[in-house]
Amino acid sequence: MEAEASKLIGMGLATLGMIGAAIGCGIVFSGLIGAIARNPSTENKLTKYAFIGAAFAEFMGLLAFVVAIMIMNQ
Amino acid sequence: MSQGHSPLSQFEIQTLVQMPKLAGYNIDFTNASLFMVLAVVSVFSFLFFGMGKGALVPGRWQSMAELTYEFVASTVRDTVGSAGRQYFPMVFSVFLFVLCLNLLGMIPFSFAVTSHIIVTFALAAFIFIGVTLVAIFKQGLGGFVAHFLPSGTPWWMVWLIYPIEVISYMARPCSLAIRLAANMMAGHTMMKVVAGFVVSMLAAESVFVQAGSVVPFVFTVLMTAFEFMVAFIQAYIFTILSCVYLSEALHESH
Repeated sequence: MEAEASKLIGMGLATLGMIGAAIGCGIVFSGLIGAIARNPSTENKLTKYAFIGAAFAEFMGLLAFVVAIMIMNQ
Repeated sequence: MSQGHSPLSQFEIQTLVQMPKLAGYNIDFTNASLFMVLAVVSVFSFLFFGMGKGALVPGRWQSMAELTYEFVASTVRDTVGSAGRQYFPMVFSVFLFVLCLNLLGMIPFSFAVTSHIIVTFALAAFIFIGVTLVAIFKQGLGGFVAHFLPSGTPWWMVWLIYPIEVISYMARPCSLAIRLAANMMAGHTMMKVVAGFVVSMLAAESVFVQAGSVVPFVFTVLMTAFEFMVAFIQAYIFTILSCVYLSEALHESH
């Protein structure tokens, strides 16, 4: 298999890592919605923490994207 | 300025003013430099002219400047506590600089400076080195080295836990840098790709495809709104993580 084709296949496979990031962000925000439903007065505090947590979860997915870009430049 | 066909060509650095080499280093004035200067000038004028009158009952501009100040001040107060007041100017500068660079990158045909890892890594490295020095001065060199070992670990796990803690400490500036740069790069690349679909669908032959180019157009509009939110959130997260690392250095709590 030539290098160009395997590079493209590698890039595609690398972005499969974003599945985990998507599920992780979903878990964080579902926890937020459930917590707000139980105790609406803590909405502001929890929203702040939820965005921080979602950024952490999304960061892993972006690492997968960065690997794909690195493969592309290889 | 003409751009190439690849969606990644928007991140190319173009020299605007050629400068002679300084000690072998290339210090040309590039489009990245232009946008950094623009960011500094706009942040400065936003705050300086906003607080120019200093009225007791603030007008609109002064109100915005005070809101920004209060937002970052409350963040520092909540995370670091009262000991963090000396570090508030640095945190404020970092927040406004990153936010302004992110927002300037959203202007069409402009350049997103924070999408380059070297820029965000320089910022994160300064913060990391600063926080480490604060920790060393506050807790002493022995205290700093010892804080990587959580109290109460059995002696036979030290050889495993200590390198893991050191590595995760060293991973902090890398994660700060990559998070910001990859978010910006991914967002702008995606916007460019989808906007390219609008153009290529309009250039098709069938009328249905030309009419269907409304779909990527609407998506581009929504993506732009989302990217504004991401610009603000990423600046906020950069700041709040710096505050968290700072509070960990100031308050020995491990």
